[in-house]
Amino acid sequence: MSLWEYANPVKFLRLSERVLPWLWALAVLCLVSGLAWGFFGTPDDFRQGSTVKIIYIHVPAALMAINGWFMMLVASLIWLIRRHHVSALAARAAAPVGVTMTLIALITGALWGQPMWGTWWAWDPRLTSFLILFLFYLGYIALWSAIEDPDTAADLTSVLCLVGSVFAILSRYAVNFWNQGLHQGASLSLDKEKNVADVFYHPLLLSIAGFVLLFLALVLYRTGTEIRVRRTRALRARQGAGG
Amino acid sequence: MRALLVRDLRLALRAGGGFGLGLAFFLIVVVLVPFSVGPAPELLGRIAAGVLWLAALLACLLSLDRILALDFEDGTLDVLATAPLPMEAALSVKALAHWLTTGVPLVVAAPVLAVLLNLPAAGYSGLVLSLALGTPALSVIGTFGAALTVGIKRGGLLLSLLVLPLYVPTLIFGAEAARRSADGLDATTPLLMLAGISAGVLALMPFASAAVLRVNLR
Repeated sequence: MSLWEYANPVKFLRLSERVLPWLWALAVLCLVSGLAWGFFGTPDDFRQGSTVKIIYIHVPAALMAINGWFMMLVASLIWLIRRHHVSALAARAAAPVGVTMTLIALITGALWGQPMWGTWWAWDPRLTSFLILFLFYLGYIALWSAIEDPDTAADLTSVLCLVGSVFAILSRYAVNFWNQGLHQGASLSLDKEKNVADVFYHPLLLSIAGFVLLFLALVLYRTGTEIRVRRTRALRARQGAGG
Repeated sequence: MRALLVRDLRLALRAGGGFGLGLAFFLIVVVLVPFSVGPAPELLGRIAAGVLWLAALLACLLSLDRILALDFEDGTLDVLATAPLPMEAALSVKALAHWLTTGVPLVVAAPVLAVLLNLPAAGYSGLVLSLALGTPALSVIGTFGAALTVGIKRGGLLLSLLVLPLYVPTLIFGAEAARRSADGLDATTPLLMLAGISAGVLALMPFASAAVLRVNLR
């Protein structure tokens, strides 16, 4: 019994069907309670007023935008090395979710920036690198949809994902060099004392958990859909060939 | 390898290919800029370095699909794939040919066009140096994009969508170096970063390009 057993689409589908209802339920639970706690249960910040509450959507979405790409990178590597189709399909399934998360982070950031910085947009390193990440997602999705043959598409997008990751990181540092920022430092980090006050911290953790679960549920669900699409296509091709 | 390089260069020169077109595109973009932002000399002088870099990048982008598309159609790439020359080397040579026919003319033409945009006198050396260091990276990254989209019909737009984000770091450091030297500041750091990017992609990118091209020729 190893993890690789789930590279078999049938086993993968059986597992995901068993896990998905729980994932959905947990995701909804965490999101609803985290967001409700955040929106109604925490005080307004004394400087930022109620706009501070955007943090409960902005930070988790930004986190998942980056981790979504990271997940695609790992899935692409697994596809390139071990040729498991489920892995390639999971990478494909994650891209639209990731691009949505990126967009959410960008839009909520703009909504927060308007009253706080007095501008919807600034060419700040963090903002700019997120915009570039958004472009990378778009290119990746476009390449998937442009190629007919599924194996070729999986190979090409996987290599694009690897190369894109290197360039995304490179852009992150280049942009840092190019313009000093307006955006505050990381809200959460593992090696520092937390710089978000306790009242905001716990609901934030809860909504981050909600976003992670939501992401997992969406990706699993969409991977299942992709597998079924592929299977339908194979059946159709077989029927067509048989007469 | 030399035969391939000579062949590519000869094709580009004789077929009226990217050689003249890229340059003409570069010229037209630069000429259009004053029409869109106004002819004020001080404004043009301030944006000249960035505009020249952007125009050079676009001119480079425009000629990318010529690197492989024709050879893909007439089967030359299949011959190359079975030749004893490794695909990585063949693609490096192709990138070199693209640079010689597109990058080098851009580097030579840039100072002339900089006069039109009123670039401050201090900026010429930085502009030429940064373009000379940066355009090889553009060609090599572009070859990767061309190899990625070679099997797709009408892949031109997709090619731009894929390649332009990859051009971001090169553009940032290149334009920054040109701008700094135009402002009379020290441009060593961005120039070094630019040279680093070029060296890095020259060393690593052919492997990625060859990998995707092999998939496309499968």
